[in-house]
Amino acid sequence: MEVDAPVMRVDTAHALKDAAATALLAFGLFLPLVGFETITDVRNDLILTTRWPLLLAVVAVIGAGRLAYTVIIEPRLSRRALRPPAPTQAWHLRGARWFAPFAIGFVVAYPAIVIATAGFGRAVKWIDNFGIQILIYVMLGWGLNIVVGLAGLLDLGYVAFYAVGAYSYALLAKAFGLSFWILLPLAGILASFWGILLGFPVLRLRGDYLAIVTLAFGEIIRIVLINWVDLTNGYAGITGILRPTFFGIPFNADDDGFAAVFGLEFSPIYRTIFLYYLILALALVTAFVTVRLRRLPVGRAWEALREDEIACRSLGINTTNTKLTAFAMGAMFAGFAGSFFAARQGFISPDSFTFLESATILSIVVLGGMGSQIGVAIAAIVMIGGTEIMRELDFLKLIFGATFDPTQYRMLLFGSAMVLIMIWRPRGLIATREPSVVLKERKAIGADFVKEGRG
Amino acid sequence: MEVFLQQLINGITLGSIYGLIAIGYTMVFGIIGMVNFAHGDVFMVSAFIALVAFLLITTFLGISSIALALFLVLIVAMLFTSLVNWTIERLAYRPLRGSFRLAPLISAIGMSIFLSNFVQLTQGPRNKSIPPMVQGEFVLFTKDGYPVTLSHKQLIIWVVTALLLACFWYLVTKTRLGRAQRACEQDQKMAALVGVDVDRTISMTFVIAAALAAVAGTMYLMYYGVVSFSDGFIPGVKAFTAAVLGGIGSLPGAVIGGILIGLIETMWSAYFTIDYKDVAAFSVLAITLIFLPQGLFGRPDVEKV
Repeated sequence: MEVDAPVMRVDTAHALKDAAATALLAFGLFLPLVGFETITDVRNDLILTTRWPLLLAVVAVIGAGRLAYTVIIEPRLSRRALRPPAPTQAWHLRGARWFAPFAIGFVVAYPAIVIATAGFGRAVKWIDNFGIQILIYVMLGWGLNIVVGLAGLLDLGYVAFYAVGAYSYALLAKAFGLSFWILLPLAGILASFWGILLGFPVLRLRGDYLAIVTLAFGEIIRIVLINWVDLTNGYAGITGILRPTFFGIPFNADDDGFAAVFGLEFSPIYRTIFLYYLILALALVTAFVTVRLRRLPVGRAWEALREDEIACRSLGINTTNTKLTAFAMGAMFAGFAGSFFAARQGFISPDSFTFLESATILSIVVLGGMGSQIGVAIAAIVMIGGTEIMRELDFLKLIFGATFDPTQYRMLLFGSAMVLIMIWRPRGLIATREPSVVLKERKAIGADFVKEGRG
Repeated sequence: MEVFLQQLINGITLGSIYGLIAIGYTMVFGIIGMVNFAHGDVFMVSAFIALVAFLLITTFLGISSIALALFLVLIVAMLFTSLVNWTIERLAYRPLRGSFRLAPLISAIGMSIFLSNFVQLTQGPRNKSIPPMVQGEFVLFTKDGYPVTLSHKQLIIWVVTALLLACFWYLVTKTRLGRAQRACEQDQKMAALVGVDVDRTISMTFVIAAALAAVAGTMYLMYYGVVSFSDGFIPGVKAFTAAVLGGIGSLPGAVIGGILIGLIETMWSAYFTIDYKDVAAFSVLAITLIFLPQGLFGRPDVEKV
C-alpha cells in the first residue's frame, strides 16, 4: 500500500496478486449474505438457498475493478501527484457574480421549461419529484446550515423541528380550521420554541456528545408522536390536512376553484406549480435571512463561536444566547419547511421523521461544505435528485431483466455516495469560505486555513 | 419483590448484550475519537451472519447438538463480522484519518445506511424468525404462584458474556496488542515513534469491536429468535448511550453502563409503560451528559486553549 516513489511501470504480477487478494476478501465478505439467502417457505419455516452465480459475479466484478484500478488509475494518480498542485481556485467565487442570478433565474423558469419539454401531462411528476422535493431539502439544508455550518453545533436531531412544524400545522388546521398562511408563521414560532427548549439543557455539551443528545431528542419526539395516539393518531398519521389556497382560492375542480376563477381547464398541475413557487420563496427567504444574519452581530458571533469558543467567552460574547439563537433560527426554518411539507402531502405520519431524514439533511450540509450556501444547494440537488432519478431509470430493466428494480438500490447508492464524497472531498464540495469582513478586496479563504468548530 | 427479581434477571441479560456492543463504541472512540455510527449495523449484520450460519449448520450439515451448533455459529459470526468491520475501517475511515472532524462521522452514517440497505436488499425486508435454539428454564423460587425463573438462554448469555469479557480484559491489559492500543489511545504520534504500528493497532481495534458485536448479535438472535435489517439502529444508539453513561473510553464503564441501560429499560417497561421504554433510555443519556458529562468512570475532559 505504501508506495512513496511513483510507480511508472506497472508490475503485472503484483497487480494480479493484489486483485486476487481483493477478490478473495470480497468472497469472504459476501459469502454469508450474498452467497446464501434466507427465505420463508410455504410451511413458514426459514430455509436457506444458495446464490453461487451471483456471488461469483460480485467477486469477479470487484477483482476486475481492483485490477483496473492498480493497472490504469493508480499510475495516473501517482503521475499527477508529481506535478505541482494548481493554486486553489475558488471557481464559485469567481463566478459568483453571475452564478447566483443565473441559478435563481433557472429555478424560477424551471416549471415553464419542464412543461415545454415534457408536456403538460407529465410535467407534474417532474416539478413535484425533482423541483419541490429537492427544494424542501435545500431549505432544510440551509436551515441546518445556520446551526452546523455557521454556529458549528452538530445537530443530529434536526428532523424533530421539521416534525414539530408539520404536526403543528396539521393539528391546528384540523382543530381550529385556520388557514395555511396563519399557521405557517405559527409553526415556525412553535418549532423555534422547541429549539430553545431542547437547546437549553445541551448547551454545555460539545461536538459528538451534542450530536448524540440531539439525536436522542429527535428520537424521543418521534416516539412520542407514535405513542400519543389521542393527539397524533400514532402510526396511522393524520390525513386530510387542509391544502394551502391561492389568496383564498382553493385548488379544486369547483366553481370557485383556481381553474374556474381564472377561466382555465382544471388540472392538478396548477397546485403543483403553486407549491413549487411557495417552497422556492420559502427557501430563498431562508437563504436571504442567513446571508443578512451573517453581517449582523449575532451572525458574526455564531461564526466566532464555531472557530473558537474559549476566545468568544474571553471577548465577552454571551455563548448561551448565541447558541440558543442559532438553535432557534435553525428550528424556525425547519418548522416552516415542516408546515409546507404537511400542506403539500395532505398526510403526515411519524415515518416521515426518522433519523434517516436528519442524517440526510446533515449529510447535505457537510457534503456541500459547511457554511456554503451554494455548496448546500448543489449537494441537495446531487443527493436528492440523484436518488429520485433512480426511479426513472426504467431502461436498466432492458439490461438486467424485467425483475430488476432500480429504486431498490436508491438508499444503497445514497450511503455509498456519502462515503465516497467524504473520501474524495472531506471538507465538502465547496471547502473555501467567504469572509464576512474584508479589507479592500474579497478573497476566498482556502480550506487549509479554515478551522473546524469544536461545537 | 418477585417481579423486581425477575426484571433484574431480564435486565441484566439485555444489558449484557448492550454492554458487548458498547465496548465497540467506547474502544473506537477512545482510540480514534470518532463515533462509529455504523457499529449498530455491524451488530445487525453479525446477527444475520449468525442466522445464516445457524441454518447452514443445523439443516445442511445436520449437526443436532445445540451446544456444538451454538459454539460454531459464534465462531463463524465472529470471524465474518471481523472481516466486515476490518474492511469498513480500511475503506471508509482510514482515508479520513486526521481529516476534518465531521468527515468520519458522515462517512460512518453513510456506511450505516449502506449496511442496513445491503442486508435489506440481499436478505429481504421481512423479519427473519427461527425456532427457539435453546429451551427450558430453572425455577429459582415460587412465591404466591409467581415463579421467578432463569431461562437456559439467559444463563448462556451471562456465561458467554462473562467468559468473553474475561478474555477481552486479558487481551487489553496483558498482551502486546493491548499495550499498543492503550498507547495509541494516549498519543498516536508518540506511539508511532516508539515503534507501535498505529494502523495495524487501529485495524485490530475494529476487529475486536466487531468480534464482540458478533457475540452480541448471536446472543440477540438466540434470545429473541428474530432479526430484521432495521434492528441495528435502536440497539446501536442504546449501546452508545451505555458507553456514554459508563464514561466513553472506559471499558468497564461500557459494560456497567450497558447493564444499567438494560435494567432501566426493563424496569421502566415493567413498572411504567412499555411504549416509552426507549424514551427512558434516551432521557438517561441526556441527563447523564448534562449533569455528568464524563460519565460514571470516564476521565474528565480538560478544556485547553
